[in-house]
Order: sequence, then C-alpha cells, then structure tokens
Amino acid sequence: MKLTLRIWRQSDREARGKMVTYKIDDISTDMSFLEVLDVLNEQLTATGEEPVAFDHDCREGICGACGMVINGVAHGPQKLTTACQLHMRHFKDGDTIDVEPWRARAFPVVKDLVVDRGAFDRIIQAGGYISAPTGSAPDAHATPVPKPDADAAFEAAACIGCGACVAACPNGSAMLFTAAKVAHLGALPQGQPERASRAAAMLHAHDEADFGGCTNTGECTAVCPKGIPLTVIGAMNHDVLGSAIRGR
Amino acid sequence: MTYPGEFFVDGDPIADTKAPDGPLAERWTKRRSTGRLVNPANRRRLDVIVVGSGLAGGSAAATLGELGYRVRCYCYQDSPRRAHSIAAQGGINAAKNYRNDGDSVERLFHDTIKGGDFRSRESNVYRLAEVSVEIIDQCVAQGVPFAREYGGLLDTRSFGGAQVSRTFYARGQTGQQLLLGAYQALERQVSAGTVAMHTRHEMLDLIVVDGRARGIVVRDLETGAVTVDLADAVVLAGGGYGNVFHLSTNAKGCNVTASWRAHRRGALFANPAFTQIHPTCIPVSGDHQSKLTLMSESLRNDGRVWVPSAAGDTRVPADIPEDERDYFLERRYPAYGNLVPRDIASRATKAVCDDGRGVGPGGRGVYLDFADALTRLGRPTIEERYGNLFEMYERITGDDPYVTPMRIYPAVHYTMGGLWVDYDLSSTIPGLFVIGEANFSDHGANRLGASALMQGLADGYFVLPNTIGAYLADGPFQKLTPKHPDVVSARSAVSDRVQKLLSIDGDRSVDSFHRELGKIMWEYCGMERTDAGLRKAIELIRSLRDEFWTRVKVPGTGAELNQSLERAGRVADFFELAELMCIDALHRSESCGGHFRAESQTPDGEALRADDEFSYVAAWEFASPPVLHKEHLTFEYETPSQRSYS
Repeated sequence: MKLTLRIWRQSDREARGKMVTYKIDDISTDMSFLEVLDVLNEQLTATGEEPVAFDHDCREGICGACGMVINGVAHGPQKLTTACQLHMRHFKDGDTIDVEPWRARAFPVVKDLVVDRGAFDRIIQAGGYISAPTGSAPDAHATPVPKPDADAAFEAAACIGCGACVAACPNGSAMLFTAAKVAHLGALPQGQPERASRAAAMLHAHDEADFGGCTNTGECTAVCPKGIPLTVIGAMNHDVLGSAIRGR
Repeated sequence: MTYPGEFFVDGDPIADTKAPDGPLAERWTKRRSTGRLVNPANRRRLDVIVVGSGLAGGSAAATLGELGYRVRCYCYQDSPRRAHSIAAQGGINAAKNYRNDGDSVERLFHDTIKGGDFRSRESNVYRLAEVSVEIIDQCVAQGVPFAREYGGLLDTRSFGGAQVSRTFYARGQTGQQLLLGAYQALERQVSAGTVAMHTRHEMLDLIVVDGRARGIVVRDLETGAVTVDLADAVVLAGGGYGNVFHLSTNAKGCNVTASWRAHRRGALFANPAFTQIHPTCIPVSGDHQSKLTLMSESLRNDGRVWVPSAAGDTRVPADIPEDERDYFLERRYPAYGNLVPRDIASRATKAVCDDGRGVGPGGRGVYLDFADALTRLGRPTIEERYGNLFEMYERITGDDPYVTPMRIYPAVHYTMGGLWVDYDLSSTIPGLFVIGEANFSDHGANRLGASALMQGLADGYFVLPNTIGAYLADGPFQKLTPKHPDVVSARSAVSDRVQKLLSIDGDRSVDSFHRELGKIMWEYCGMERTDAGLRKAIELIRSLRDEFWTRVKVPGTGAELNQSLERAGRVADFFELAELMCIDALHRSESCGGHFRAESQTPDGEALRADDEFSYVAAWEFASPPVLHKEHLTFEYETPSQRSYS
C-alpha cells in the first residue's frame, strides 16, 4: 500500500502546531497503525528529520497509552479498537489519512501527538478508590457478591483511561471516564461506605481539571475502545444526588 | 563444565544470610515477629524512592505510604496505571483451596519449586505460597472485580503445571484489574500526601555513597532535565528484560536500564539466562512486526493444541480428519495434557515445527483449537471465558477463532533472572531493594502461569513493607546534598552519556540495531542454546555493540521529549546485558527449565539437569571480565527430581 499521512506536528507545549504531509510506501495490510508510524519515523530518521512523537506502550489495547484522532475519529474507524490494534487491512491503497492528537482543554499537547492526561490521575486521587489499607482485609469469601453486580463492576472497570471519550466529546467532558470508576466501585459491597462522598469528590475534581459538562451526546461511548456504556453516567448522577441528600 | 578465564572469572561464593532457620512453615512468621521495626514518628523522617509503578512498585509505594514513610515513586509512562503488569491476562494463583480439590500452601510451594526445575530457594517460595492467600483478600477488599459464580463466591480456573484449580481471574484482564487496584491505592496515598508521583521520568543511574544506595539520577522525559533525588533507601521495581530480544510480549518501553545501572554500581545480577518463552503467542507476520501478542495460557484449559500428523500437509484445518492430527501435548504428556508448564509446551511446539509439521506462513505455528469446547460448552460460555482474547486475536490476524483454530507459536514473555536479592529482598548494595520481575528470587529456571502477578503483589504489599524496616531502623542516614562529590559525578556521568549518544550522529537508526540484536539473541540464546552458538553470539554482540557506538543516529536534542534518545539509552544497556546472558547460558552447560542446552537432554528430548554441578544461583558481578559468585541451593523439604508431567 501507498499512503499519504497528514500529521499534526508541534514541537512543545507553547509552540504553534501545524499539519504536515508525508508520503509513505510499502505498507503491508498486516501492519498495525502504530507500525506505520514506526516505518514513517525510520524514514524521517534516515533523512535527518525529527520523528513523530506519540505515546504507546503495550500495543495490545490494554495500557491506554496510545491515542490519536485518525480521520476525525478517536482511535480511528474500527469500533472497540485502540489505535495500536487498528490494522491497515481496514484502509485502502492510496488513502490520505489525517492524524491528530486528542484535542481538549484539559489535555494540553506536549509534543506532536503526545498530550498530558495527568488530569485523569487527579480525578482518581479525589476518591476513585476503596480505602482498604494493606493488611486490613477480611477473607475474600466473607462477603459474597451477586454475579450480576460483579459483572456490572467488571464492565465499568474495563476502562483503560486512554482519553478517547474526552477527545470525542464536543464539550471536552470526562464524564464517561469519571462515571466508569464511580459505577465500578459503587456496584460492589466493598464500595458502599464511601459511595456518596466518592461520586461528589470525583465530580468536583473533574470540574476543577477544566473538563466540560456532559450534555448526553453519547460520542464518548461510541468511540470507547472498551465499550463503556453511557448508563454509567446515570449511575454516577444517582450517587451524586445521594451525596447531596446525605450532605456529604 | 565451566569456562572460567575465557569469558568470566570465579569469585567467592555468596549466601542468603537473612533467611531465618527452623521449620519452613514458621520462617516468615519468625522473620516478621523478630525483625527490627521503625516507630511511626520516625517513619515520617525517612525517604524511600520506588522506581516503577507496576504490581510490585505500585503496591509497595502505596503500602510504604500507608505506613507513613515519605515515598517518591517514578515511572516512565504518563501515568502509573500504564505499567506493563496491566497486560497480564490469565490470572493469579492463591492456595485458598476454595475448591476443596486438595490445594494447600504446601502444594503451591511444591508446584512452584518443581515448576522452577529446582533452581529457586525453598524459603522464598514457601513464603510466596503463604502470602498468596492474603493477596486475594486484599484485592477483593480494594474492589477488584474477580470472576464470580452465581452464588456470589469467587470462581477459579486451572493453569499449567498444576492439577488443582487455584487461579483467580477477572475475565482475560486480571493484570489490568489488579494493577488498577494497586494504582488506586497508590493515588489514595498521593492524595494523602505520603507519596509523590513522578510520571514521565526515567531512572538513569543509582547513587551509591559510602557503600549505601542513597538516591537516583533521573531524566525528565518531557523537558530532558537531568536531576538527582536523594533518599534513605531505593526500591527497584522496573520489571523484566525480555525486550533484549526486541520481539517479545513486553510493552515497547520495557527495559533493563534501572536494573542494569544498579548492576554497574555493584548489585549482582542473578541467572540472566533464565528467560521464559511462552508457548501461546500470535506468530510473527512480517519484518515490520514491532511486538508479539500473548494469547493467555488460560486458553489451554479448553483449547487443544495440534498439528497435522504428516509433514508438509497444507490442507486447511477443517479438511484434516481427526486421525490425521497429532495432539502432541496430550500424546506426550497424558497426565497434564495441554496444561504442561510453559517451557515444556514451548519446546514441544518447536520440535514439531522443526519436524516440518508446523502450520501457517513459514511453518512456524501450531493450532490451538476450540472446536471440542464449543461443542461441549456452547459459544456463550466460551465467549464469557475468553471473549476479549478471541476478539484480540481476530483484530490482529483477521481470522475468527470461533470458526477456525488459532495459530500460535512461542515468544519471549518473562525473565526469571534479575538482580540478586536476599530473603529481605535486599540486593548486594545495602539500601537497594529489588521487587517483582526485576529480582530473581522465586521462579527458578521457569515460572508457572499466574505466578508473576502473585509474586509482584506479594513483594509489594506484604514482603518488602515488612522487611525494609530492619534496614531503615538505622536511618535516617547522613544528610546528603546534591553537591556531594559522588552525587555530582553520578549526575554528570548521565549527562555525558546522553550527550555522547546525541553526538555520534551516524547513519543507522536505534531500531535497526535493536532488531539485529534481537535476532542474534533469538537465534542463539532463545529456545535452544548450544556451546558453539553462544560463543558465536558473544562475538556478534560485541561487534554490533561497537558499531552501535560509532554509527547510531539519534535525531533531536537532549532538552526535549526525544523518544529516539530514550530508546538509544535502553538499547545500549541491552547490548551489555545480552553479552552477560550469553555468558551465563554458556557457563551453565546443563539444561533446566526455560534454559535448554542442546548438549544436555534426556532421550525423550526433555531438559536434563546436572544437580551435582549446577545446583546454584549464578550471581554475576559487573567487571571485565564478569565475576561469577555462586549461591549454593539446598533442598531440605523437596527432593530435586527429573520433572515428569507425563
């Protein structure tokens, strides 16, 4: 395959970026999208140009490091698939592909396709945990968890924290990310003691980090590589309301 | 038969002086109840650095923070949640015996010692089995959503090398869920102010002052700034070094640099040749390949491994009748069948492919077939157990495993070797502790499935926090400033090395060197090793390393986010490690576990140990040539025997 890539280049946080066009040949349909960037970077290195910076690590779709907007869609055209698991058999010879970083006020661009997602860690710090210091746990079978609850918790816990939901949201909201954690922990008996305060504190941290509000457009769940359902946001709103009623 | 003088010299033997004596089952209790402690008020005055934020590093940083130490944790990723533990699929072992199938701490201990082919320490392994039980309790309390049965109790499954069902799991994403549990505990401590988290920072040297580990030199990967961080103790949790093979199931960023820099500063490196080749990975599809993807061992619970009985059979699998298929694991190992340990399954796979019976492009692959399980259990059950793995397979290969068997082949997955530690997880440098995959301690020459998660969390949550106090009770140590000559020299050495890499300005990319190094290692230090091959590899590595330092091209500058520069430093360290791995593999002329020397095999082609000569840990001291220190292994409770799974 021969491809034309138009990629966002920006040298640092302060610099003005721009789209730059590159031609690339000899692309195999078995390659992943990130392997195409590898080939491009080898080509750029050989000609003395700076390679394109992009975050990536496991290349198995689970670490959540990679993330880029491909032809206008977060993680590209394949549903339920991260950029690292997107293979070139879904593209055609001669295609022109636009590649941009996540764009959101709360995710400043660091360089090229790399953005700062530190705000996600700050939301978790605000309450995205169950307080269970090491050594304090009762036997694992002390509290049975109904299978449907365990499955619901797992479904929400599958979030990989990539940030695609934020990139896709017209408001730059991280509500799906935040609510996924609230829903995960809130579905389990172990998560009940902190349930109300957790939701309120995480929502507050979300707003402090400059993410936008949720208007239920649902773009987030459409691009989510793990298929986190929109219903988690409803579950979080329920808990936030509970927090207001209980005054904590 | 060893070769001191040619590639290495013999040094003094070493011993693990920290392990308590007395009955095996009482040693950990004894250690915990007699070790020196640090009172809570004093903990607030002690600084501990943790390098790495995976299962071991993340859980250690969180727990040390809970205890009240002043902790600083470093990772190269943009968030601690991305450490490669996240990619572990299958599960975590624990001797809970919830199944009433005869499991116990003793049996997990026995399975792990035997699985490691009698090249690990009894005291350490027993402790691991003992602590495994607490890990499950801890993770459930944190909200880890393990798989459950309809009655609400935890589900388990079987893994290789065990005849009981003791592996707890969260679909095919157990590592992710356990890591998120540790990550959340860590972020809770960040919020509490006991842990300061430094993301996008890479440790490039260890600072040793007056014989004690006192800090690290780090590079801020975004700005390029090289700074020092000084403390009372340093904990390394940087994971394994499988990426020395270039193609492995490790994440692209996994590297040996933190461990190797500590090795260069005096920490012994143990059993570097002990690497695990995992039998079930998606085969290489072309030269562009940047990494290999594991298909969880749990699939061998329901998948059957086979190849055509006749060489050169190119029919599609559906056209090959039952009686013309060779289910070679079931045939050779009837007692364990498809669930033999990883080293055994990998070698058996290689053997049938060497026979010309491999399938797929290049003949390097075997089938992992779910047809029987789909008939027996139905598609919904298979989807629930392995759905995400089947989807991942289809995304990568374009084939649907519900319809056609998976094709799999072994790939580098885990490294049992690592920095030498004693029972307290202290390296040979006082104040430097090493935990998780980065140490060598518990898996001997082969790790059993679902035991890496167990060991990482055992070290981080329960072992290190209970042993580090004995060292820190002597602290706080003499106050150091960044102007101390040893600190200044470590820092400038790092800056000089960065400048050196940038100044070569040659004509070959870092990746081209890494690929070539990986090919050498896979060819000569992979699944089968020989005397002649290893000698050749050492020669090739040396000459490629010289070429690297004269021809590598690293674009950009040191004062910015420069991913080529990051990789260059890591590959430079892989070159040095690769040579030591080959020397270790050469000197150990026996076969054991994942280390298979063609010269030492049984008539059936199984690994043949030489206990009289090699029942020891090979701990290497950095020098030119390297110095070999042997830690003799004694077995009081287990009797080393030829492993049998048939």
